Amino acid sequence: MDFSLSYEQQQLKDSADKFAVRGYGFTRHQATLRQPGHLDHSTWAQLAEFGWLALPLPESAGGLGGSGVDVSLVAESLGAGMVLEPFISGLLLPGKLIALAGSNAQQESLLIPLAEGRLRLAVAWAENSARQDPAHCETLAERNHDGWLLRGRKLCVLNAPNAERLLVSARTAGANNDEKGISLFEVSARAAGVTLESYPLMGGGVAANITLDHVQLSPDAMLGSADEGFAALDAALDHATAAACAQALGAMGQLLDRTLSYLRVRKQFGVAIGSFQVLQHRAVDMFIELEQSRSMVLMAAVRVDSLDARERRLAVSAAKAYLCKAAKFVAQQAVQLHGGIGVTEELDVGHYFRQLTAFGTLHGDRERHLDRYAALSLAA
Amino acid sequence: MNLDFSPEDQAFRAEIRAWMQAHVPAPSGPSLGIPTHKESQFAWERCLGQKGWLAYQWPPEHGGPGWTATQRYIFDTERALAGAPGSSPFGLMMLGPVLMAYGTPEQKARYLPKIAAGEEFWCQGYSEPGSGSDLASLKTQALRDGNHYVINGQKIWTTQAHWADFMFCLVRTNSEVPKQQGISFVLIDMKSPGIEIRPITTIDGHHHLNEVFLTEVRVPVENLVGQEGQGWTIAKYLLSHERTGLAGVADSHRELQLLQAAVDSETELAANPLVRRRIAELGVDLMALEYTNLRTLDRAAKGQSPGAESSGLKIKGTELQQAISEAQVEFGGLAALSWLVPVGNGHPTFQGATQRYNFLRASTIYGGSNEIQKNVLAKMIGLG
Repeated sequence: MDFSLSYEQQQLKDSADKFAVRGYGFTRHQATLRQPGHLDHSTWAQLAEFGWLALPLPESAGGLGGSGVDVSLVAESLGAGMVLEPFISGLLLPGKLIALAGSNAQQESLLIPLAEGRLRLAVAWAENSARQDPAHCETLAERNHDGWLLRGRKLCVLNAPNAERLLVSARTAGANNDEKGISLFEVSARAAGVTLESYPLMGGGVAANITLDHVQLSPDAMLGSADEGFAALDAALDHATAAACAQALGAMGQLLDRTLSYLRVRKQFGVAIGSFQVLQHRAVDMFIELEQSRSMVLMAAVRVDSLDARERRLAVSAAKAYLCKAAKFVAQQAVQLHGGIGVTEELDVGHYFRQLTAFGTLHGDRERHLDRYAALSLAA
Repeated sequence: MNLDFSPEDQAFRAEIRAWMQAHVPAPSGPSLGIPTHKESQFAWERCLGQKGWLAYQWPPEHGGPGWTATQRYIFDTERALAGAPGSSPFGLMMLGPVLMAYGTPEQKARYLPKIAAGEEFWCQGYSEPGSGSDLASLKTQALRDGNHYVINGQKIWTTQAHWADFMFCLVRTNSEVPKQQGISFVLIDMKSPGIEIRPITTIDGHHHLNEVFLTEVRVPVENLVGQEGQGWTIAKYLLSHERTGLAGVADSHRELQLLQAAVDSETELAANPLVRRRIAELGVDLMALEYTNLRTLDRAAKGQSPGAESSGLKIKGTELQQAISEAQVEFGGLAALSWLVPVGNGHPTFQGATQRYNFLRASTIYGGSNEIQKNVLAKMIGLG
């Protein structure tokens, strides 16, 4: 057992911190929020230049074959630096999905431009009333003489307004909640019958609800084998979730730092408010939650690479369930301890607060992951 | 980063598990026994002592088995999962490390082997009626008289004083200096004339705690540990050892396992989604605690001082012990209400749950209350 980072990992962490925390920060975050799609193309190009877009992708398709721990280090820094670029929804999730499900030809044609920052992707999997269970898939793909005909609705597809191509889960067999019978398709975002209802998200980033109205796909649009897409989707979502936890941890760390600084400098009744025991204990509670969350992020970052799907799911769901609660606590207390200034738009604390609030819901909320954990760990 | 156990560690686990299966006595109840029977507790500790595993946290030069941090962790986990009680911490976890750091060669030779063998039992004379969280205000007085200290005062909340052969004790040897500087650390033979022990029955219905009255108790000067006036420094050193042992991860694993088994055996509970979700919450919290504990062990194994992560272990660990116990009582419902019923007469799984629940209220109070821990932590993170 060994929790320490390798020399290369320490280097990676240092350069990610330098770029995101000291270089990007609140100013660029705010400027990027004013850009269409909440994108800053020069930042994305920089991420590509550093090799971070290639990091999670397989070496066989131009990637660096980085581990879950490598990815979590970058994600934590991006979270700490409030970097808006869609590292998870536009790179990690589609990249892992293609790597896990795609043919060699599909991997080469999609992953190489993805790693170079030339291709914008999004994964459309969540549906209305599905409570973010990827097995609940009502979108249908039916075989016809030209290939596949796709129809259905996808909800809150992250990064979809920016994407050139969509990876869509659709049912080709089975009933609504069956894992078996789900297939994956690559769809042009501009294909006839694809309609996006786009919107910005709380905490930054953009998403769309997508209507697929008899979208005609060619036979080679399918990623992997028919009916067998769930395993790859589930694994790719776990990678995204583990990284989202790391990203949240970065934001939580910044909130604790800011809160502690504020408690030391803000004076009332003639003394620093950090001298009051009730506030000290609240800050200590935040600190403890941060450290426990760090343990869970490390654990999930290691286990997400496990070849044993049960071990991977259990670890990721435990981490997300824990972080949902801990991130909410840290975010709420950071605002509370800042007092009035904490609820203003001008301070970054409120922006971290919104990001962490969104984190609680995205990638499956606490209830979903507790139930998944229970299903895996308790007798039926 | 690698979170897997090595093949050597896995072989070690198998060895410990087999030994535990062969040696752990029949459990005294469905939950881990709260030690209430001196004979069974002593017999178990001596059994470990004979194997050389009682002082398993000690370095080999003092009689420990020389295990790595990971092996110690595995041992404690297997011990708990086998249903065996934890060993009494006073000699092993508290006095032992103090003597190794501050004791004379004579003191080490006299006391450490007996502790490691489970042949002498210790208690801790710290708290006084007026000195709880403000421990440094203690008043028990030790006056030098030739080759002896003469001790007068009162200790309270002294766990297992009625079982102990010796007490390590904080006494005031100087009232003229600031309160922390006038304290000394002495070893007292509980058979000394002038010691009176009065039991305190706690809300779990049992006698673990005592008041200890000391009247003109004569203690030889060679029983002073360290220098006169060094007692507070030693006490702080000891508390840092005590706290790392209080997370109780291994025992919480066992208790959660018992709760899970109990729920599985009751169809109505097993089918209740809220019950399942609550067990999952406890499991997730335990995992967070366990990996935080493992991070601390990893640092210790590399010779690094405990990191910031370790400081919350006592707080989170005791909160979790209470939360699991609370769930045991609530899920047990009426079946958990039987009180002090002999083993075999109550509900097979939930009997004793209420007793444990009552007992564990003390966990967030002892070893420095959780509020005191937060005061300490607040200083660590630069507040106050």
